[in-house]
Amino acid sequence: MSMLTEGRPTKQEENIIAPDSGALKTHTGNRALMVDEPLIFETGSPDRSGVDLPAAPAAESRLGGLDRDEPISIPGLSEAEAVRHYTRLSRQNYAIDVGLFPLGSCTMKHNPRLNEKMARLKGFSDIHPLQPVDSVQGALETIYQLAEWLKTLTGMPAVAMSPKAGAHGELCGILAIRSALEARGDAREVILVPESAHGTNPATAAFAGYKVEDIPANADGRVDLDALKARLGPDVAGVMITNPNTCGLFEPDMKAISDAVHAAGGLVYCDGANFNAIVGRVRPGDLGIDAMHINLHKTFSTPHGGGGPGSGPVVFSEALEPFAPLPFVEKTEDGHFHLVEEETAEDHHESSFGRMVAFHGQMGMFTRALTYMLSHGADGLKQVAEDAVLNANYVLRSMEDVLEAPFAKSGPCMHEALFSDNGFANGLTTLDLAKGLIDEGYHPMTMYFPLVVHGAMLVEPTETESKAAIDQFIGALRSVAERAKAGDELLKSAPHFAPRRRLDETQAARKPILVWKEPEEYAEAAE
Amino acid sequence: MRYLPLTPNDRQDMLATIGASSIDDLFVDVPEDARLEGPIRDLPMHAGEMAVEAHMKKLAKNNSAAGDMPFFLGAGAYRHHVPASVDHIIQRGEFLTAYTPYQPEIAQGTLQTLFEFQTQVARLFGVDVANASMYDGSTACWEAIVMARRITKRGKAVLSSGLHPHYVSVAKTMARFTKDQLVSEAPTLDAATDGVDLLDQIDDDTSCVVVQYPDILGRISDMSVLAEKAHSHKALLIAVVTEPVALGAIKAPGQMDADIVVGEGQSLGVGLQFGGPYVGLFGCKQKYVRQMPGRLCGETVDAEGKRGFVLTLSTREQHIRREKATSNICTNSGLCALAFTAHMTLLGEKGLRDLAMLNHKKAVVAADRLTQIKGISLLNDSFFNEFTLILDKDTRPIVRKLADQKILAGVSLGRLYPDESGLAHGLVVAVTETTSDEDVEMLATALEGELA
Repeated sequence: MSMLTEGRPTKQEENIIAPDSGALKTHTGNRALMVDEPLIFETGSPDRSGVDLPAAPAAESRLGGLDRDEPISIPGLSEAEAVRHYTRLSRQNYAIDVGLFPLGSCTMKHNPRLNEKMARLKGFSDIHPLQPVDSVQGALETIYQLAEWLKTLTGMPAVAMSPKAGAHGELCGILAIRSALEARGDAREVILVPESAHGTNPATAAFAGYKVEDIPANADGRVDLDALKARLGPDVAGVMITNPNTCGLFEPDMKAISDAVHAAGGLVYCDGANFNAIVGRVRPGDLGIDAMHINLHKTFSTPHGGGGPGSGPVVFSEALEPFAPLPFVEKTEDGHFHLVEEETAEDHHESSFGRMVAFHGQMGMFTRALTYMLSHGADGLKQVAEDAVLNANYVLRSMEDVLEAPFAKSGPCMHEALFSDNGFANGLTTLDLAKGLIDEGYHPMTMYFPLVVHGAMLVEPTETESKAAIDQFIGALRSVAERAKAGDELLKSAPHFAPRRRLDETQAARKPILVWKEPEEYAEAAE
Repeated sequence: MRYLPLTPNDRQDMLATIGASSIDDLFVDVPEDARLEGPIRDLPMHAGEMAVEAHMKKLAKNNSAAGDMPFFLGAGAYRHHVPASVDHIIQRGEFLTAYTPYQPEIAQGTLQTLFEFQTQVARLFGVDVANASMYDGSTACWEAIVMARRITKRGKAVLSSGLHPHYVSVAKTMARFTKDQLVSEAPTLDAATDGVDLLDQIDDDTSCVVVQYPDILGRISDMSVLAEKAHSHKALLIAVVTEPVALGAIKAPGQMDADIVVGEGQSLGVGLQFGGPYVGLFGCKQKYVRQMPGRLCGETVDAEGKRGFVLTLSTREQHIRREKATSNICTNSGLCALAFTAHMTLLGEKGLRDLAMLNHKKAVVAADRLTQIKGISLLNDSFFNEFTLILDKDTRPIVRKLADQKILAGVSLGRLYPDESGLAHGLVVAVTETTSDEDVEMLATALEGELA
């Protein structure tokens, strides 16, 4: 194997040569822009700082004799070093700003920068949650306006704004369901969840004290309505359905499902993670659901930030509205905005199931989401859903001759296209294909989810990709898929061109190293 | 529309490739009676940056920003100066617009910062390990109680009366559904937290005792005795830190043998933001690591033997374990954790200690000044940057009145404990490095006016 140093045009397959022949080693081990960055514990020191502070006034300390007398051992860096440290690290990350991010169900769309600018207005960023409400009327109005948008877009009469993320919103919805059932003296024990659901659904139901049972999917990738109906009964508190579901399909029987659950005395939770596919075109309130969380960090473009923060407001039907958590914002007749908390809830909201979180929710995400909604408007949001669905179907139809699309025959998909690993050469897996995509300059799609499809690959291009960007992605995905089918061994060791080769996750889990230790402590730990 | 790249021609070409005649063909699975015709009514149409900015600025203007006036609120959220470089770092698109680092080969940036964050938090708390963050302090506190139940297989949690009332509320809400038993009382206006009462509540049914440090009234107590008593009953000590800067001045909870330490990390890097997003901190002793909730980042090597980082021990988590997971948490508070770790890195131990002493000494000076006022006394023997004043009047109307005069005087205990009339004269005052001598003087003058 030779290095690509000749500058001559190479054929496609020759481009995919592992660059690890070792013929050219640099002094630093770095390669041009690909630069490794040590840990702050290796470069910083406890007496260095990037912050200048004024001297403290003279005064006796009153720390109750509990002065911290042992070293804390947290190293510092000067500002110059710190900025470089984090900038270098940032360059080892893939991100939406860098390229198409086809992560199914996670909705990695462009994050508008106006949102960031608005969230940083001091009237939003520099206010305390316990300020007297008269001094934060604009903040309460912001929450109120966003709530109105969410209620109108979903066709639901109420919304809880405080949940901190999608899973927290799920918890909010399930607790409201449980409260409603308990209020009518009908405690039930079981929540039904489709096999294809996000892992948070069963985890949430269990966290709230319910037993969880699976609902099977039918051959079309939808909820098996007959199986669901057969299982309904006096012990079933409700169902958690994702719609559009995690196979990227709309549940056409949603209304029938809701009616059946209601007839059996249960309530319907809808996981709204995929609301971006239908926003502005379908109102979940018309489908009979009782509660649905909305991930502001998916549908409404607040940034994912490398794993949060999210925000998961929950819309409620009339049946659940009285049980919504505290706090929430009300508008009085004189145009004043009123914060309903524990003390003020008694008047007219005594059935609320209580507080889920300190303070009032993810204000910084509310300002971003409202900015986004105002930017798009009712017409733009409808276009968002349409373009998201169009892009996903374009990927589906451009790929289905190469990758098996198990549910493509039954009709169009919504905002994401699902493929299986059927037809891959022996020994090659979805993981190998995903890592091959990294070498092509893409973040992989969602892998091995949903669980109902073998070697699942869930591709969500989102509406913020151009046709040219999607065409290039399709070209890359086709190429890697062909290699997986042809049994290209180089895929097994992909990625070859990323800042790191495949990482040993087994070792990480077997002997977890979760904090940095001095090198001698490592040696001891290894013994 | 500026965020949508497809042109009408693109859309036509793509529909042709798909074999659909119109976009409606792609929504055939939606039952007809659920389809909306045209844009949703009652909502405005799209708008340009200038119009949207004007709308948002109008809303923002109708708030009293802390930086524009003397400001003394704390009680779980603190106003600290955040170095300019922190906001620059978190706005790097490669951090801001990245996903959870499930593909470690192209997410080493996020992963390494999380590893550094975990190490910083563990050292700050004086415990062995910490996770990659929770939503906030209040939810981290409840998760710690659940974790203690898992470890001890007992369902009775004893909460200190000094625990933030919102944290207590969250625990009560959840415990009602999970059938956990909570022992909890409102605080009394004593110089020390709890006294012996809490010790007496710990028995062989107790899973954990939960203590805030410094507590909601700003008091600092040695938790060693509680740790000893808890451990003698095979229960755990959970320490809750809502002001992490304090740990630059006072002993770490781990040094007092706390088993789990949780906290609110907002003070470093994050800003007030009307209560969120914040960042939950979660640390514990090594032996409990497999019972922890939330994401964990761990060190490993790649196929070439180079050091790298991955999310690990995911068999605790919902996407693998589903209903058997340790928690339902998925998204955490990644970007706020980055802000926290960047701020902490800029400080370093020396900077943190200096910042902590600056906060403390300023608070001491302010407490001395304010207690010179007739009709005001100081509750605390000890405090960090927050203390409780006892006025000879109900403080809540005073706080409201001063807010109208553009002085944000602190948090009245009447707001935090509306049902406890015995606390109505309490005012929790926080002083940080951002508080000037003039601010204190303006507050003092205003309070003198109210109490005269």
